[in-house]
Amino acid sequence: MSGAEWQLVGFSLRMAFASLLLILPFGLALAWCLARKDWRGKALVETLVSLPLVLPPVVTGLVLLQIFGRRGPVGSWLHNTFNCDVVFTWRAVVIALAAMSLPLFVRAARTAFEEVDVKFEQLARTLGAGEWRVFFTITLPLAKRGVLAGTLLAFARALGEFGATIMVAGNIPGRTTTLPVAIYQAVENGEDAHAWMLAGVSAVIAFAAVFVSENLQRRRK
Amino acid sequence: MNNKIIATILSSLFALQLHAAQVTVFAAASLTDSLKQIAADYEKTSGDKIVFNFAASGTLSRQIEAGAPVDIFFAADETKADALEKKGLLISGTRKSLLGNVLVIVTPTGAPAINSPAELTNTAIQHLAIGEVKTVPCGTYAKAYLEKLSLWATVENKAVPCESVRAVLAAVESGNVDAGFVYKTDAAISKKVKVTYEVPAADAPKISYPLALLKDAPQPEAAKNFIAFLDSDGATAVFKKFGFIVLSSPATK
Repeated sequence: MSGAEWQLVGFSLRMAFASLLLILPFGLALAWCLARKDWRGKALVETLVSLPLVLPPVVTGLVLLQIFGRRGPVGSWLHNTFNCDVVFTWRAVVIALAAMSLPLFVRAARTAFEEVDVKFEQLARTLGAGEWRVFFTITLPLAKRGVLAGTLLAFARALGEFGATIMVAGNIPGRTTTLPVAIYQAVENGEDAHAWMLAGVSAVIAFAAVFVSENLQRRRK
Repeated sequence: MNNKIIATILSSLFALQLHAAQVTVFAAASLTDSLKQIAADYEKTSGDKIVFNFAASGTLSRQIEAGAPVDIFFAADETKADALEKKGLLISGTRKSLLGNVLVIVTPTGAPAINSPAELTNTAIQHLAIGEVKTVPCGTYAKAYLEKLSLWATVENKAVPCESVRAVLAAVESGNVDAGFVYKTDAAISKKVKVTYEVPAADAPKISYPLALLKDAPQPEAAKNFIAFLDSDGATAVFKKFGFIVLSSPATK
């Protein structure tokens, strides 16, 4: 692989990692709320979070473009306050990947939390542990495998994201181009060999992520 | 009874097929509005149906190479037709250069004007939308022009590559980029952008739209009729109305 190709793979991995960092705290909190609490509007939030799984990715991209565009509610505020643009920058890549992979993570983490026996948590509470301590010393460690499997799935999903990314981040070589977008562009340009090489790299990474994720979920049982 | 109805429907469908040919045209995105209007006129008089696929010329030539069933290729860049001609995919005798165009720099309506291409290097210009330089002719022309002015090296890292000239136009309309390179004809159809600089013909690469019949055309006869119509006075008037430069082709004039 050439230097540019390594750079592309490195960039795609970094963006996928960054999107994970973005969804981990939020996703864990949400998954816990869905697994442990009953509240008004829960079904609505549940559906909304899963929506990017079934919506055409370009629709998710379109919504993000509306929100984060320079004339959008969040985008215009960021532009005017911090002179910080989102659309067509790496930030847009991270946001698109996060939006698309959040549902996978939340679903996996929620199931993992639900499988943790509430008795252990209650026991910890009777021993005087606060809610945070219960979560970090009982719930999370017991749900570890499921949460990790969800993380890997979300990571793999982020690496493969195309539709939403191309809408909000475009295809700027070296700055917003991710692996799937580069593959599409290579085919458009008639550089089939290049496309196949990148496709191979994607397949290897995706295989590794799903393989480890499946193993984690199987050993849990 | 039911059989009779089905037979009637089938035979009428069949009859339609016999009389009206469906001509498939793969055309450059910049031709979208003018060709649709010309085709509407043509369909009324000929009875044939014109089906379009509008995209970047490079994308279209790739689809044709891959075996898309197409009658007519109408690109915005001679090199895209050259590539197909070299591979023997188009009928050389039918090829002619019909139109020319002018490259312009557009900005979102209300944004500060750009009075010369050198101003594109200003820090105020953060994102410059431009057609993907390999597949979108408008991008290829813009890059060649900026290279000629020795500006490309500075401007390249601001470039936001778009998948067609119409995608460039949309990016500028949305205000998410500060400026973009499109054709004069694209700028003319949008109220949300303004032409801030028109590239003089002498500085720009020659912009020329080739038109040709493809070797594997499913409807060669009907396609030839439509090609002839595209060169007629009626079609020429529409192209001129949209701002295209109509090149006189020696074969017909």
